[in-house]
Amino acid sequence: MSYSPDWTRIIALLLCTSVFGFVVWLIRERRLREKYALLWLSTSMVIILLTVSRHVLEATALAIGILYPPSLLFLVGVLFLLLVAIGQSVTLSRLSESNQHLAQEVALLRKLIEDDRVQKEKEREREREREREREKAEGGKPSP
Amino acid sequence: MYLSAISADCNPNSVPIAGKLGSFFVCILSDTKFGPIMQSNDQTGDRGYMKILAIVPAYNESANIQAVLADLQSFGGDVLVVDDGSTDDTAQVARELGAQVISLPFNLGIGGTMQTGFKFARERGYDLAIQFDGDNQHRGDQIHKIIEQVASGELDLVIGSRSLPGGYQMGVSRWVGSRIFHYLIRFLSGKAIQDPTSGFRCYGRKTIQLFSRHYADDYPEVESIVTAARNGLRVAEVPVLMRGRLTGNSTITRRKSAYYMMKVTLALVVDSMREESFLSEL
Repeated sequence: MSYSPDWTRIIALLLCTSVFGFVVWLIRERRLREKYALLWLSTSMVIILLTVSRHVLEATALAIGILYPPSLLFLVGVLFLLLVAIGQSVTLSRLSESNQHLAQEVALLRKLIEDDRVQKEKEREREREREREREKAEGGKPSP
Repeated sequence: MYLSAISADCNPNSVPIAGKLGSFFVCILSDTKFGPIMQSNDQTGDRGYMKILAIVPAYNESANIQAVLADLQSFGGDVLVVDDGSTDDTAQVARELGAQVISLPFNLGIGGTMQTGFKFARERGYDLAIQFDGDNQHRGDQIHKIIEQVASGELDLVIGSRSLPGGYQMGVSRWVGSRIFHYLIRFLSGKAIQDPTSGFRCYGRKTIQLFSRHYADDYPEVESIVTAARNGLRVAEVPVLMRGRLTGNSTITRRKSAYYMMKVTLALVVDSMREESFLSEL
């Protein structure tokens, strides 16, 4: 099998590798955590694999009963995107939960601090009161 | 026993909003109201008296909060206003009126707000908490009805129900929703609750512990009944009187009610698939 340069394939390959490169770059810049990048990387790797070799694509497609091989690409792409999206929702839920608990904790702690301040203020007031009374008592007596 | 019961509202942590005169009044009231109940030690622990907290969730309720706090003056316990990130001066007004106030840094919704109150109650060792909405729908003179059975240790969660005789009239759509939840709850937990969306409630110690761990973030009322029942807590409802609202609108608008129904139904069904693990954790 030999054909003239297959531009669609080349463009697809370029796209996939640049997505791969972009994700790696994001990790390098610490803008994306490895944990969340794994799925993206594996998506682009599988797509690259299927794009590079028409043989692999055709064999896999026919093996699972897909008669038009390129639609396997779509299937794989959509499935991975679905996984990524669900993963994001799970992460979002976890984050909003911890966010809520953090907000509550902050509010409760602030309440504690406020109570503490009020308590201290009262104690200081009492201390001053006592001081004044002592002074008054001492003032009543003639100093030696 | 009675002496210690009377000291319920005179302990240092208890700051009734009514001031000294009010607290004296409250002492007498709680003595006559809860006096005999005190003898059952189920909930009181070894303290001899009960620490009761009224949790008032409030979001932009500065118009109502004064009436609400005034209504709570005759109640024998502490009052905690949880300000859910209000943009008006709800927190300030409540503080000036002498209530304890917790201000959330941003809006969490009714579930997150109530949970803050539960956490507060748990941390400070309250035996009993009641939920008293900040929109002035709930009546202070009805509180003893929901407290009674929790204080005696018979129940862990009591819901003040307005659909029992003497309640208020609700709209058709609300009634339909309420019925659907009634049957869902009955199917999933075996409890027949006539007014599952009522927010006028009394929580016992175990319930406070459970809810400070797990409480739905929005529209928690229905879900919490099933969660409590499925965790082996004793849930029941008592008839109470309620007022129509003074100002403001119900949190459940028509647009949101579809989401409300679906969200709560999903939560109920999924909750029934969970294992009951709470009691073993305790």
